[in-house]
Amino acid sequence: MSIGQTFLGLLEAGPRHGYDLKRAYDERFSHTRPLHFGQVYATLSRLLKNGLVEIDAVEPGEGPERKRYAITAAGVTDVQQWLSQPERPDLYLQNTLYTKVVLALLTGRAAADLLDIQRAEHLRVMRELTRRKAGGDLADQLICDHALFHLEADLRWLELTAARLDDLAGKVRA
Amino acid sequence: MTVEPLLVADQLTKSFGPTTALERASLQILAGEVVAVMGPSGSGKSTLLHCLAGIVAPDSGQVRYQGRDIGAMSDTARSALRRGEFGFVFQFGQLVPELTCLENVALPLRLNRLGRRAAERRAAEWLERLEVAEVSGKRPGEVSGGQGQRVAVARALVTAPKVIFADEPTGALDSLNGERVMRLLTDAARQTHAAVVLVTHEARVAAYSDREVVVRDGRTTGMERSGVAA
Amino acid sequence: MSDLLLGARMAFSGGRDGWARALLTAFGVGIGVALLLLAAAVPAMLQGRQARGDARFDFRLGEQLPAAANTLLVAPFDTEFRDRPVRGRLVRPEGPQAPLPPGVSALPRDGEVVVSPALKELLDSPEGSLFAPRLGGAEVVGTIGPQGLPGPHELAFYLGSDTLGSDGSNRIDAFGGGPPSEEFGPTLILLVVIIFVVLLLPIAVFLGAAVRFGGEPRERRLAALRLIGADRRMTRRIAAGEAVVGALLGIVVGGLLFAVGRQLVPLVTLWDISVYAGDVRPSLPIVALIVVAVPVVAVVVSLIALRRVAIEPLGVTRRASTTRRRLWWRLIPPAIGLVLLEPLVSDVRAVGEALTRHQVAAGVVLLLIGAVTLLPWLVDLLVRRLGRGPVAWQLAIRRLQLDSATSARLVSGVAVAVAGTIGLQMLFTGVQRQYTTETGEDPTRATSYVRLFDIPEGSAAMNQLLAVPGVTGGTGTLWARIARDGSSPEAAPAGYLRIGDCRALAEYAELGRCADGDVFRSLGPPDDGPSIDAFVPGTRIAVGERAASWTLPADTRTVPARANPIGWKRSEILATPGAIEAGRIGPLSVETYLDFDRDDPDTLERLRNTAVQLTRTSWVGRLSATAQADRFVTIQRGLYVGVVVTLLLIGVSMLVGLLEQLRERRRLLAMLVAVGTRRATLAWSVFWQTVVPVLIGLTVAVAFGLALGSVLLRMVNMPISVSWPVIGMSTGLAAAAVLLVTGLGLPALWRLMNPVGLRAE
Repeated sequence: MSIGQTFLGLLEAGPRHGYDLKRAYDERFSHTRPLHFGQVYATLSRLLKNGLVEIDAVEPGEGPERKRYAITAAGVTDVQQWLSQPERPDLYLQNTLYTKVVLALLTGRAAADLLDIQRAEHLRVMRELTRRKAGGDLADQLICDHALFHLEADLRWLELTAARLDDLAGKVRA
Repeated sequence: MTVEPLLVADQLTKSFGPTTALERASLQILAGEVVAVMGPSGSGKSTLLHCLAGIVAPDSGQVRYQGRDIGAMSDTARSALRRGEFGFVFQFGQLVPELTCLENVALPLRLNRLGRRAAERRAAEWLERLEVAEVSGKRPGEVSGGQGQRVAVARALVTAPKVIFADEPTGALDSLNGERVMRLLTDAARQTHAAVVLVTHEARVAAYSDREVVVRDGRTTGMERSGVAA
Repeated sequence: MSDLLLGARMAFSGGRDGWARALLTAFGVGIGVALLLLAAAVPAMLQGRQARGDARFDFRLGEQLPAAANTLLVAPFDTEFRDRPVRGRLVRPEGPQAPLPPGVSALPRDGEVVVSPALKELLDSPEGSLFAPRLGGAEVVGTIGPQGLPGPHELAFYLGSDTLGSDGSNRIDAFGGGPPSEEFGPTLILLVVIIFVVLLLPIAVFLGAAVRFGGEPRERRLAALRLIGADRRMTRRIAAGEAVVGALLGIVVGGLLFAVGRQLVPLVTLWDISVYAGDVRPSLPIVALIVVAVPVVAVVVSLIALRRVAIEPLGVTRRASTTRRRLWWRLIPPAIGLVLLEPLVSDVRAVGEALTRHQVAAGVVLLLIGAVTLLPWLVDLLVRRLGRGPVAWQLAIRRLQLDSATSARLVSGVAVAVAGTIGLQMLFTGVQRQYTTETGEDPTRATSYVRLFDIPEGSAAMNQLLAVPGVTGGTGTLWARIARDGSSPEAAPAGYLRIGDCRALAEYAELGRCADGDVFRSLGPPDDGPSIDAFVPGTRIAVGERAASWTLPADTRTVPARANPIGWKRSEILATPGAIEAGRIGPLSVETYLDFDRDDPDTLERLRNTAVQLTRTSWVGRLSATAQADRFVTIQRGLYVGVVVTLLLIGVSMLVGLLEQLRERRRLLAMLVAVGTRRATLAWSVFWQTVVPVLIGLTVAVAFGLALGSVLLRMVNMPISVSWPVIGMSTGLAAAAVLLVTGLGLPALWRLMNPVGLRAE
């Protein structure tokens, strides 16, 4: 996940403070792993240095520095470019599940067992997401859908793999 | 604490000619729970549903509804059971093409000998509830797939059944319409405290359930965690 | 072209189902074609009969020929056997070149007889002994060939005689040459024309239905072709190709059925008419027309059927016929029909002429077509208004509302058949009643009558008839012509003298008191027969051929005449045997009324045998109030048979349609059963769906039938009367056909209601 482009995207709607950006990011994109403030300000200063954001206003007051950031024209172009660039598909092949199946295969364990265990877990998460979706707003629905489709894709891949391996095993035994 | 299951399938075996559709499949449904029956196509999911609903008689094994052996009932009694206690949603071809949507929804009530006027009033309420009140005067051929399926759900729910059997209810729909149908179906079922037996091969659809049962090569191999509360 | 061929191939594709469908279509079209060919053969059939009938004509018109080496004496010797007419001829060649009757290879000599095959069969049967005496023990020396008989079942014989004189016989030098005979009177032609219309119209409807058999799978196949790139025009051509193949196969099947069927034709005798298989020969132009028209109609019908559906690559959608059917053009055919029939209503005699015959046919056809065109509109109109009712009713009515055309089409066939039947039966019953009332015979007074003409030993003959086994009693009189003696024979007032005992004479007049020796003047209605005004008591009278002289006694009483058992009533002189010595008068005619067991037809044949032995010229008959109506009974029965066959044909197409519809809806049926629908509910829905259009159709049929019947009765100048039994019978037959169809459809419904249907697709 590119935090920089995500910030730019959030700023396109209007100038925000660093703190607001973090809150929005956490809420929409990273429920389980909130951003550290250090990460936020490092990212913002990089964007500032590259001319993709500018400081819109500095409010005097107590507490941390209260700078408000706005997106520049270059920033908008950058977001546009990022959105129009396809993600590398191999990203999903490198996840743990893949590693596990490959390991099961290599060590002669049944992929079907792995599937059953994993399905139960996937479905548990998917049920949770489905429930959250029912109570949430559009943004919630979008992010949950995103997760649901990926989880489903995982399961389908697992199912296909299990079927393929069964088929293969049948051929080997025959 | 043990809750007496509403519907129990015990060691069901069923063959169609040389192909075995079910082999000692077992399953328990508690009142009010939503159970997904999953598995690849041809695994025997639909046959299991048909056996549970008393549509198809298993070669061996027993199906008990509220403790009564469905196989021992007469055909008339089984029909009455399906009319009165069960509701059905299929993938397609379930609405009578020459009846209007309203009449289709009223059909199960009328089969239960409720008067036309009362039946259609209740049917209209359900169409409203499933957000398809506007199609009530149209014939099934004149409405969209999603609307048709919601009409079908209304028809399944109109008799306030104890169990709803849904066989790939979203199979012919796009994701958005499928989601809407599933949400309306499960919401309504939970509100009326009806159990749902949901046959599907899609995990996203199964995610609307409380738990899942997997059928593979006619055998139930899922996590039989009966007792999971709704 | 290649599209047509593809369609042709597709007619058989689809495995066992495809073949079954193709065969069903072929058979359906075949039945229709066979019946059309049969209808087309009727003119030739009648012509052949008539030509052979004319060829054996043996009455010479014009002046008498002199006897020569090439002349033949022929005398009629007709009789009857068991209500079947027997054509008998006495023949006596007058030289070696005497003409041979058609179909006879050598003239029979005295004591020899040549008989038709049917008569030979009769003589060889156990019943032969009841007929043989009429041939006077002659030896059968040959049979009459087919060219000498109108039909194979005709009873006919040529009996050789050495004693036949020129008196009472014809001298001819050749057979045939008479005026062309008219076998059918105008009324009958009218009937035949209408019968054919009534039977052929439903067959046309059936043909239309037969080429549509298997429409649903055909449309699905065409949709599949659309998917792989066929355009609309191509699908139409392919469909046409398929229809042509079905129709051509149907023509072949029809030809075969016809060829087989015509071999069966000689087995049937209708109204004393039998037909040789060889005469059943459809005329070539009509055959050509059928061969061309049937495929063309098949193509047109299938294209019209396609117009109603949109065949798209992804499936077939039926265009909802939301457009209300228009009424105005549907009224045109019956209106024109009535206009055509109207001028004929006043004068049926014109019906015999060719032009008016066509006018009648056209009028009746158009009137009946009116039933066909009006029915869909009416079904549509009525069905739209129905709908309230139990579930089964609702399902049926809604189905009809969505597509009433299919059932309306088939039902229109039923309607035409029933309307035609009602119309014809009304005509029959009308005509029948007329004949019955005019018979005037009183079967309660005697079982049969025997009349013998000019025989020498009248009293002895009478006793012989009374002695025939089986005869339980009867009365007899002798009679002769009389004239007033003295005047010139031409100018003399003539009348009849009847001699019999008091009991016998009481059949002819209200005698009052009577004793042997009495003479009466019986006074009948003035218009009937010669008057007896000239014969007052004391008049001298010349009796019989020999003009034996006799004087009317002075005490002759005048009494009112009474209708005799055969319904005649006339003025004549009645004398008891004591008043006149019958023996000295010479040849007298005999008139007897005999009683015997009505259920024993053999006695009648024995009477005929005896009568024939007594004289060549005799009348023997059974008294019956309905004797004249018998022939209509046969036509009526024939019509009912035709209607039943027609209804069965339509029933078959209804059944096929029903089964196709059920098969098409197998998933839906399985689903309905799955949700707990009672089987009875579905059965009732199928029942209503079939019955409702039929009920509407029958109502229309009754209305049109009554209209047709009234027009026909007016045409033959008869009072219009409605025979409810006839209407009940006709509609009952149709209702039975529908019940049969529904009944036969139920097993299929039962089977399709199997929930396994849910697994399909």
